[in-house]
Amino acid sequence: MQTRYAGERRSRFPIGKILIYILLIALSIFTLIPFVWMISASLKLDREVFTFPMKWIPETFHWENYSVIWTKVPMLTYFKNTAIIALCVTLIQTLTSSFAAYAFAKLTFKGRDVLFLCYIGTIAVPWQAYMLPQFILMRSIGLYDRLLAIMVLQAFSAFGVFLMRQFYQNIPSDLCEAARIDGLSEYGIWARIMLPLSTAAIATLVIFTFVGTWNDYMGPMIYLTREENKTIQVGLRRFIQENSSDYHLIMAASVVSLIPVSVVFLALQRYFIEGIATSGLKG
Amino acid sequence: MSQAVTKGKPKKYKMGRLERKNTLIAYSFLAPNFIGFAIFTLIPVILSVVMSFTEWKGGALSSMQWVGGANYASIFSSAKVSAKMGELGFFGGLDYFFSKVDLGIALKNTIFYTVVTVPLSLICAVALALVLNKAVKGAVVFRAILFFPYVASMVAICVCWNFMLMKNGPVNQLFMAFGSTFNKSWTADSTMAMWAIVLVSVWRNMGYYMVIYLAALQGVPRELYEAATVDGANKWKQFLHVTLPQLRPTTFFASIMLIIGCFKIYDTVAIMTNGGPGRATKMLVIYIYQEAFSNFHYGVASAIAMVLLLVVLLVTIIQFSLEDKYSNN
Repeated sequence: MQTRYAGERRSRFPIGKILIYILLIALSIFTLIPFVWMISASLKLDREVFTFPMKWIPETFHWENYSVIWTKVPMLTYFKNTAIIALCVTLIQTLTSSFAAYAFAKLTFKGRDVLFLCYIGTIAVPWQAYMLPQFILMRSIGLYDRLLAIMVLQAFSAFGVFLMRQFYQNIPSDLCEAARIDGLSEYGIWARIMLPLSTAAIATLVIFTFVGTWNDYMGPMIYLTREENKTIQVGLRRFIQENSSDYHLIMAASVVSLIPVSVVFLALQRYFIEGIATSGLKG
Repeated sequence: MSQAVTKGKPKKYKMGRLERKNTLIAYSFLAPNFIGFAIFTLIPVILSVVMSFTEWKGGALSSMQWVGGANYASIFSSAKVSAKMGELGFFGGLDYFFSKVDLGIALKNTIFYTVVTVPLSLICAVALALVLNKAVKGAVVFRAILFFPYVASMVAICVCWNFMLMKNGPVNQLFMAFGSTFNKSWTADSTMAMWAIVLVSVWRNMGYYMVIYLAALQGVPRELYEAATVDGANKWKQFLHVTLPQLRPTTFFASIMLIIGCFKIYDTVAIMTNGGPGRATKMLVIYIYQEAFSNFHYGVASAIAMVLLLVVLLVTIIQFSLEDKYSNN
């Protein structure tokens, strides 16, 4: 972000800089306004949400909205289910992907290119194109309406393998060769050399998988029907449909549903953004 | 496993012991991921083609029947369309397909949505990246803010935008302050519903692609700008002749990702309009979902899914061949 172009040296007046900051602040406001409005509406009474002219700051803060929502729907169960799914998927995805990626990047074996082509080929296929056979398959092996269905659906994506392989290919093979000569097994190389060197890629994959699973809507929508199995997204949707005119409560529930992901993002946003910028996501 | 290896007699040339051992080790690395991948992705991908030629109403698997091209004939409404073509000529039939047949409407809506959303997202992303690339202090904070919509879950975002776009909502109030007379819920209006979806999509996409463009901008060699300045190029010319060409590979990648993402749109539409009002925002995936999980026509839904797959593959192939052509020139 420190880059300055040669042409800039001429402008001694900070007017340009000030304009840029004004523009940036305006854009940030445009980006954040829905969230601000969401919080504002969540602290109002339902009839105060659409007043004319609108008030950004409620007359009185109705914090009780945030306690009412927990009694209307089993939010805690939704949170628990989503957390279980997201954690398991992230763990399985990261482990198996980095394992498989090591083979694709650093080992030579029969059928490597064909197998890798299978992975690449399916990245181009939208999930919606094969979700129906997948649904039938899952149903016939008894996974319908089980959290496990969403886990296996998300955990073995080709994307993870592809991302990790791109990263491993940039690690010099000489390192592995030297370790082999020193008598380290392939598993040892993976655990003691590749894993420690790939923390940035792993962080990226972890965050992407976690956020993607947490926010997934269509998968849980299709597979999870029983109340005790619903995730936060599907649960929130149900809440909206059942209390469609309780705008203030819907907004309160929405704010609550955004908190976990916001915390993860704020804590790890550097990895998130740099991961997109530097890793295989750039193509 | 080891037995199979010692038994397997190589036909033409011998696989060395070491090579054999290495292959086994490699497979052991692959197996945990590949088994899951094969069962839950690879096999369904292959089956999806087969399923589009069958009829199944969701009962026992044995009740699945081979119906040949019947599902395709039904979604393209081929009998009616060809009758119309005979009656009104080729374009008359085409017009009928895109204005009356579900698939035609879904295709038209999805294409319209894509054609509008992709350039808008790209332009906003480049503009944001250019501005942010200049700011020195606080760039990290702005970057995080602008990126945040991409992380926030669609259900919460879409319902919030729905409310904001309602009658007497903040957006309509803002436009009315500038003299607009429109004060209806956007998602209930047959023209504005599509624009509501476009607005939310661009708002969400721009931060993500901004990050990608920012990374690309940092990779542009500074000497190019210095040389351009020496040649007397002003800022605008520098942008046109240095920045934009340097960003071309990124734009190529970003536009493929965006187009494919647009064709797969589901969450936003399902939550904001559910395809309505009428069929005004019915998109391909909404159509697939409705046929499969509301009408239980799994075969028909699979045929629509194949149309989606073909379109996405076609776009990818066209873009890659264009890219090849340009990079050779």
